[in-house]
Amino acid sequence: MKIALLELRRQPRRFGGAVAILTLLGALLMLLGGLLDGLTEGGTNAITAQRADLIVYSANSGAKFAQSRIDPATAAVVAGTDGVTDTGALNVVQLGARLPDSGPRDLVGVRLFGYEIPPAGVGAPPAAGEAYADVTLRDRGAQVGDVVLVGSQKSKVKIIGFVPDTTYVLEPTLWANVETWSSIVGANRPSEQLGVGVSQSLAVTVTGDPLAAASRIDAATGGTTTTLTPAGVVEADKGVQSQNATFGGIIGITVLIAIVVIALFFALLTAERTGLYGVLKALGARSGALFAGVVAQAMILTLIASLIATALALALEVALPPGVVPYSLSATRVISSVGSLLLAAVVGCAFSLRRVLRIDPASAIGGST
Amino acid sequence: MSDVLVMTDVRKIYETGDTEVAALDHASLTVGDDEIVALVGPSGSGKTTLCSIAGGLLSPTSGVVTVGGHDLTTYSARELSDFRRDQVGFVFQSVNLVPFLTARENLLVIAELGGGDTSTATTRADQLLDELGLADRAKNLPSQLSGGQRQRVAIGRALMNEPSLVLFDEPTSALDSKLGDQVTRLIRSEMKQRGTSAIIVTHDDRITQYADRVVHISDGVVLDH
Repeated sequence: MKIALLELRRQPRRFGGAVAILTLLGALLMLLGGLLDGLTEGGTNAITAQRADLIVYSANSGAKFAQSRIDPATAAVVAGTDGVTDTGALNVVQLGARLPDSGPRDLVGVRLFGYEIPPAGVGAPPAAGEAYADVTLRDRGAQVGDVVLVGSQKSKVKIIGFVPDTTYVLEPTLWANVETWSSIVGANRPSEQLGVGVSQSLAVTVTGDPLAAASRIDAATGGTTTTLTPAGVVEADKGVQSQNATFGGIIGITVLIAIVVIALFFALLTAERTGLYGVLKALGARSGALFAGVVAQAMILTLIASLIATALALALEVALPPGVVPYSLSATRVISSVGSLLLAAVVGCAFSLRRVLRIDPASAIGGST
Repeated sequence: MSDVLVMTDVRKIYETGDTEVAALDHASLTVGDDEIVALVGPSGSGKTTLCSIAGGLLSPTSGVVTVGGHDLTTYSARELSDFRRDQVGFVFQSVNLVPFLTARENLLVIAELGGGDTSTATTRADQLLDELGLADRAKNLPSQLSGGQRQRVAIGRALMNEPSLVLFDEPTSALDSKLGDQVTRLIRSEMKQRGTSAIIVTHDDRITQYADRVVHISDGVVLDH
């Protein structure tokens, strides 16, 4: 092992090519992962930020707010279900918004939420005509106290504070009380106006196991509802599923390329070292020890490449202006990318094992079986 | 004088297609304690095969090989690795030092492979380098050493594990006659100082004068022993 490490130290240029390619692959893994996480977070932050344990939709809605309706009778059944401690309406509508000092055609797509149970970071439902805004609106120039004009009727909403990480479908959000939400929808989207006491969904807090409570709620409503945890809502989202499948496939292919690169590099290196390994075997080195040296070298090269790739990925995150590209690099993503590369290093090296095993120590002295 | 190496009726058969080639044919050889044997023969005569079997690099097809009283023919591949590391020394024809290790580190390779005490091994390596006239070259890479110095490092490496038997494969073939003579005298001196047995594979007649005994081999048959 020490011999392998000394080789790395004394002949670093020999390994430069492999480090460069692994760095690019590592950076690509982190970039893809960051984009996937950014897209997922940007699309579902408003859901994952819910403090509610469950969200109740009507059964045939496909867990989509726009297609879901919970009438007062169903809401009462939900509220009366064993284990339910609180319920509150949760509605959303997409509208165009004009920020102060913006031109008449300079619209920003926003999602206006009407809520009763505040999500994480959001205060209690504000007074009529007021709303909390997601920080991405601040990035676009909005300030506390600004009045945003929303919808074709230019309904006024005053921003009373900013909240982090509450975007929805990659758009900024406004968080108003249910009455404000209803009046704005009534003015701008009359066809989407809800009946009295009707909500798109219900945010529900429960005691005990949320999944068991979800089953009880759906049973109590006679199957007219679909109740999911916030995480379940995200998982059920077809868009998120497609993103995960697409990016997962690309990430998987990148890891496969890393395996091939490492396998080819160390296969070539092992072929070059056949003479040296023959001598070391003649001197008493076991194949296992030589292979362990190969694996150690691959792991160290991969770690060096991962460090550089992480620095590049972090630099990219800093360099990207907010809101331009949905890119979010988390520690989990960095660790999983480095772990994937390390796994690729071990698997790639495994292709050299047979070659190492087959090296005949007698070759060192000129004789061979 | 006890025997360090005893090879009895050893055969080594290689199969090439339907034919069998006997690289060693009922070869027997003994090497006594403190004895230097020159193994002489033309190319393809089987001397390298004999040397490889004596050093545990090859297993014979039949026959018995004992080194220091241990029957190598009963050893597994793993045990043969340990035997080579602990019991014998090798000096290869092309020296074969590890190119990215210094002279001292090349000697310490043996200890590294065995996982032994590093400080003891370092002391021994420095002592050997001093004896071989390489104390001031301990930190030099092989590429920074002359051919003779590299050969001396290889001899030092072969002596690191205090072997009972050292096998030299054409040790002077890459050296000019003057340097070859110096190295051969050094080999004899080092072996005799330590009471270590040696087989020197060669077809250089000048070496034979430094051996205690000359054994000829031809077509896999040991002609005198």
